[in-house]
Amino acid sequence: MRRRRSVDVLVVGGGPAGLAAAARLAASGAGTVEVLEREARAGGVPRHCHHGGFGRWGVTGPQYAESLVEAALGAGAAVRTGVSATGWAGPLAVETTGPHGLEQITARAVVLATGARERPRTARLVSGTRPAGVYTTGELQQAVNIYRQEIGTRAVVVGAEPVSYAALSALRRAGVRVVALVTEEARAQVGPGRAAVARLGVPSVPLLTEASVTELLGRGRLSGVRLRRHDGRERVLACDTVVFTGDFVPDHELARRGGVLLDPGTRGPAVDPSFRTATPGVFAVGSGVHAVEPARVAAGEGVRVAGSVRRHLGGEGWPGGAVPLVADAPLRWVAPNRLVPGASGGRFVLRTAEALICPVLVVRQDGRCLYRQRALGAALPNRGLYLSGSWVGKVDAGGGPVRVAVG
Amino acid sequence: MSVTTKGPLPSEPYDVTVVGAGVVGTAIARELARHPRLRVALVEASGDVGDGTSKANTAILHTGFDAVPGSLEARLVREGSRRLAAYAAETGIPVEPVGALLIAWDEEQLAALPGLLQKAERNGCTDARIIGADEVRAREPHLGDGVLGALDVPGESIICPWTTTLAHATQAVRAGVDLHLNCAVEQAGPARSPDDDTATRHELTTPRGVINTRHLINAAGLHADVLDRRLLGRGEFTVTPRRGQLIVFDKLARDLVSHILLPVPTALGKGVLVAPTVYGNVLLGPTAEELDDKRATGTTEDGLAGLRAKGRRILPALLDEEVTTVYAGLRAATEHDDYQIHASPKERYITVGGIRSTGLTASMAIAEHVVGLLAETAGPDLDLTAPKDLDPVAMPNLGEAFPRPYQRADLIATDPAYGSIVCHCERVTRGEIRDALISTVPPGSLDGLRRRTRARGGRCQGFYCGAAVRELFDGWGESGATR
Repeated sequence: MRRRRSVDVLVVGGGPAGLAAAARLAASGAGTVEVLEREARAGGVPRHCHHGGFGRWGVTGPQYAESLVEAALGAGAAVRTGVSATGWAGPLAVETTGPHGLEQITARAVVLATGARERPRTARLVSGTRPAGVYTTGELQQAVNIYRQEIGTRAVVVGAEPVSYAALSALRRAGVRVVALVTEEARAQVGPGRAAVARLGVPSVPLLTEASVTELLGRGRLSGVRLRRHDGRERVLACDTVVFTGDFVPDHELARRGGVLLDPGTRGPAVDPSFRTATPGVFAVGSGVHAVEPARVAAGEGVRVAGSVRRHLGGEGWPGGAVPLVADAPLRWVAPNRLVPGASGGRFVLRTAEALICPVLVVRQDGRCLYRQRALGAALPNRGLYLSGSWVGKVDAGGGPVRVAVG
Repeated sequence: MSVTTKGPLPSEPYDVTVVGAGVVGTAIARELARHPRLRVALVEASGDVGDGTSKANTAILHTGFDAVPGSLEARLVREGSRRLAAYAAETGIPVEPVGALLIAWDEEQLAALPGLLQKAERNGCTDARIIGADEVRAREPHLGDGVLGALDVPGESIICPWTTTLAHATQAVRAGVDLHLNCAVEQAGPARSPDDDTATRHELTTPRGVINTRHLINAAGLHADVLDRRLLGRGEFTVTPRRGQLIVFDKLARDLVSHILLPVPTALGKGVLVAPTVYGNVLLGPTAEELDDKRATGTTEDGLAGLRAKGRRILPALLDEEVTTVYAGLRAATEHDDYQIHASPKERYITVGGIRSTGLTASMAIAEHVVGLLAETAGPDLDLTAPKDLDPVAMPNLGEAFPRPYQRADLIATDPAYGSIVCHCERVTRGEIRDALISTVPPGSLDGLRRRTRARGGRCQGFYCGAAVRELFDGWGESGATR
């Protein structure tokens, strides 16, 4: 039957946020710290990102992942790979399955760092047949970079945000010709340097804007995708591979099964600026809270949650009576999104559904303006937009929801 | 015992050949396998069993409460339902007796319920009853506004259609039936044997060569009418594919619904239902679109949008949940209201056509009926007396209502591969994938592997596990798993 054990801190998910949290907690004497990682290797998404951009020049995803694992192990945390958290046996008791059997692990604090995934074609309701050759970036990168699998010959990439360009580079590495990048937006959601990589590559990859893939064609193997421009014109692009990139959602199953309150905007656990959820003893960090931010942002949150967990273990009370922080359209979501008495500082991350030029973000509660901030430059869909947390002390704990809007 | 996917076919003639390895064809082959002296072939155009209509339906084990009383379909559904329920319990096919509520949303539908209740009673479904709006709401608190009442049909169940077909095929093959895949019948006609000018045989031409058979059973589903015309030069029916598109919602939506929620049927068809699945998802569909193209198994933007609009009325909270997958199947509808099962004794030929959405439920009763017809028409030519019991099979459990390997400490202790989860969304272990790849009827594709294990069939559709599952599939393929 289930073996029962106890630890001080159980971290679910061995990606950048979870490993950084475990390293810091173990180093600071938080007691027994254990990370559960369901994959055969810890490190999370960077494991299969063979491009740079993970810290100092030249550091690739796998190197970065390895350094996180080493840091956690070096600090004394246990990192258990191949072990899945499958459910809850109690408020702070997690059930696991692994090759060594079933366990029930009870902790004084649980940190959810379960990450995010891309919505696949089906969840995006793209109609048509169900042929082979349909990928998300996550599957593509593992197929190319870990398993060296055969991919195809001609690919269309859906999306033009950073992850879409990562998909492009994985396809090129696999010898696949990329026929086009397709985005519903009016422009690519990356800097000019990155966009140029596609345009100036050989062969050059056209960026088709204000267009969407509406149907997949082909039996057995993909033969093409139907494209519709916003003006209604349609065409078919012949390809044997299509990669649906971006459209990240938190992998929130464990949180939901445990009755942890979710934020309707992010669809991840609702957290306060100290990464506490509404469930006492349960914390949440990383892309499982806001899908997605770069790995170093997730790792930074891991470091910060360690302090909160330490205070909790030290007997600090769990705050009640939170005020929700809500993003108004065209803003899609904001995180953290629970404001509790006594909270301070921090930084909020937001997403917009529309491109905004130098937007003014206004924070209000019950009609009262708490803060205004002008963002520099353009805020683009699928990219981070950040809001200072200097106003948090002004929130009336007994008031209504705090709203952040474009002023 | 053999399954072939390529290469030449045996030249020795078969006693009986069944064309089409869907749920009906495999059930017939299984029934024939009970006569070990017969040489039986099951030939299938696709690379897998259950790869047509049988894989893409609403996965309901019907009572037959709404069949046309007195029809062949009504009888075979009623008998088949009982037989399949018993068979499922015996072989480990997941079934959940959740019951159905036929919901009236307006006065006209409410007025139709007593008639439907009478029909149910005439179909032998004696435990059905009409319940009021309050009881409906108490039993299904997430229903949309406007429910006026319902017909409660407690005998309706949900079932795993993939395991059903696979169980039939597995038992048939283990009992000696030859299953030939990738074997579309392109031509069919009489073949006169040189050493015997009295008896004639059928000659079936396939891309893999010719099959000779003395008796032929047509269970070709959507293509049954074409085979009829090829063989007899005439046909009793024409198959008009009726497409059903369906949306599968995330397992986190499962708590929103307890029963199969059926609409009150109208002249336009049975309408759109919401039902739990044995895998723990929630199904919304199907559409009903009359088409000409027997290969049009794609979904459409309009179809999916229409389903979502209807679903929003039935179970509004469902639409806030993530969609796991969408699919479409083609029902083999004909111009007739009943199944089209006809024997042509002179031609030693039986057509099993027009088996629509109830085919899964009725499959075992259809098989028994067809083999009975074969015994009548073949006479002394085939010895179909004294059928033997087949060795039992134990199918891998894909259902959430029963313990799955990742939950079983006993199994993991004997083999750690059952504790190693590869597909995280569906919690499919390395042990289950390995077992499927070396099973009696192994999958020919990743989709076939999904139907046997659920691997990469969950909400991420392969984001996490797709490449790893493919690696296992390719690895076993190369090391020559029985194929």
